Amino acid sequence: MRKIVSQRIGFSFLFLLLLITLLFLGTIIYFIAAKGVGAISWQFLTQSPKNAMTSGGVAPAIVGTFYLVLGAIVFSFPLGLASAIYLCEYSPKSYIINIIRISINNLAGVPSVVFGLFGLAVFVKFFGFGVSILSGALTLGIMVLPQIISASQEALLAVPQSYREASFALGATPWKTIKKAVIPPALPGILTGVILSVGRVAGETAPIIFTAATLYKRGYPNSIFSEVMALPYHIYGLMTEGTHPVQQKEIAYGCAFVLLILVLSVSFLAIVIRQRQRRKNG
Amino acid sequence: MAENIRIEVKDVNFYYGKKSALQNVSMDIKKNKITAIIGPSGCGKSTLIRLFNRMNELIPNTRLEGRINLDGKNIYSSKIDVVEVRRRIGMVFQKPNPFPKSIFENVAYGLRVNGIKERKYIAAKVEKSLKNAAIWEEVKDRLSDNALGLSGGQQQRLCIARALAVEPEVLLMDEPCSALDPTSTRKIEELILDLKKKYTIVIVTHNMQQAARIADYTAFFMLGDLIEYDVTDKIFTRPSKKVTEDYITGRFG
Ligand SMILES: Nc1ncnc2c1ncn2[C@@H]1O[C@H](COP(=O)(O)OP(=O)(O)OP(=O)(O)O)[C@@H](O)[C@H]1O
Ligand SMILES: [Mg+2]
Repeated sequence: MRKIVSQRIGFSFLFLLLLITLLFLGTIIYFIAAKGVGAISWQFLTQSPKNAMTSGGVAPAIVGTFYLVLGAIVFSFPLGLASAIYLCEYSPKSYIINIIRISINNLAGVPSVVFGLFGLAVFVKFFGFGVSILSGALTLGIMVLPQIISASQEALLAVPQSYREASFALGATPWKTIKKAVIPPALPGILTGVILSVGRVAGETAPIIFTAATLYKRGYPNSIFSEVMALPYHIYGLMTEGTHPVQQKEIAYGCAFVLLILVLSVSFLAIVIRQRQRRKNG
Repeated sequence: MAENIRIEVKDVNFYYGKKSALQNVSMDIKKNKITAIIGPSGCGKSTLIRLFNRMNELIPNTRLEGRINLDGKNIYSSKIDVVEVRRRIGMVFQKPNPFPKSIFENVAYGLRVNGIKERKYIAAKVEKSLKNAAIWEEVKDRLSDNALGLSGGQQQRLCIARALAVEPEVLLMDEPCSALDPTSTRKIEELILDLKKKYTIVIVTHNMQQAARIADYTAFFMLGDLIEYDVTDKIFTRPSKKVTEDYITGRFG
């Protein structure tokens, strides 16, 4: 009897904490939506800023964020997956490999502004890519690399050893085993990791301040060496610079709302993909 | 080396970490015969047959001493292509381990990874293997369903079909009938007897009648030691050791 009561109390407590968490989340979404939705219009989504950014739209920033995300993922996904495959499937379980693993996990905790400085020194200056989509995408890509590697590693380690054994026993090479028996069941986990990184890449400001972003640009970027507008940096700019704080604030909330919707829909996509794959894998 | 020997086990010791699982095992597995491995749980039966297709080396911190020859060649020699060895030696694992793929793709897997692409050939081979494993009738209308949706016994037969599809020269079966009803068991036994014309078969079983019914040779293990290895008839009628007799008559184990 006593046990049941204490269990009830325990569960109620956990439920309460969950509610508090949800409350915070809901408040953020509500707040951004309430303040931002007023700015949203067809014009807002499809036109360039006008009149010193007090009117017009934010389309170049949306496009810029899209390019940065695309570039970062195209760069970091293959590299991250390959590293994870090597670390989990090929490498001997040695001391050095363990150190590499720990280092990768630690890299995930490095503040993003540090990656920004790194990008400035290496891509902008040393390689001479300048402040550009390329520099920004590479910087963002390196920033999320540890996250992609960890997610992929976890997904690969979760694949039962018996699948590998079955594959080897049928005369499959290690590479075929990885390709046909290990990656398919790990794919939902890997993709979830990638898509969550998309959210992070889309929202980060610090790594692109010195490497890719510009506050105002006429028209759209025409090459990977162009600088771009990007949503998070645009918000930052609108709130800290310029001469019309009132109008700018409204546009900033509009941008925040767009960014929020983008990130949420990407996460939603992750869930859909995972569910579908899971059904396929039984 | 005698002509009729397929696998030669020579002075084998095997360790999981520091723990010894097999001690000083030497035995010859004869070509085109059925060899049964019996013994109480944990005596090293699975460990032994998993050495024949180099499965244990996938487990970290294991160590093998001694030699295992396939047709006179040490399969643990560095000159040997392990993929080739595993292609020639098929295995049905103790725990059914179908891939999370369709029933069809499970059986086709071994063909595909060995570079066979011809669709008609694959389809015919899949059907024949499923028929041989006595599961065709149950799955023929749902070949594209996920194999994980099958019952335990069906999964076991699917794994047998999967191993048959690549036509290995040696077939290692670790308790292939443990989850099967008497009818399926009888069919699998008939299959094994039929396969021995072409293949060499090693079967681990806890079922004494099964060993007596189908095996030409029987090896009895205890705590990692090979206690007795002889023609099945002799093991079951006039074993030379007291422990063997106690075990097969069910006095312990
Ligand atoms: N992966 C492993 N790591 C450590 N020890 C193991 C491992 N696999 C087996 N062993 C040990 O090795 C010994 C032999 O195990 P094995 O699986 O070969 O027994 P078995 O004869 O097949 O038993 P059963 O009839 O229950 O399947 C056991 O003591 C077992 O605990
Ligand atoms: Mg066993």
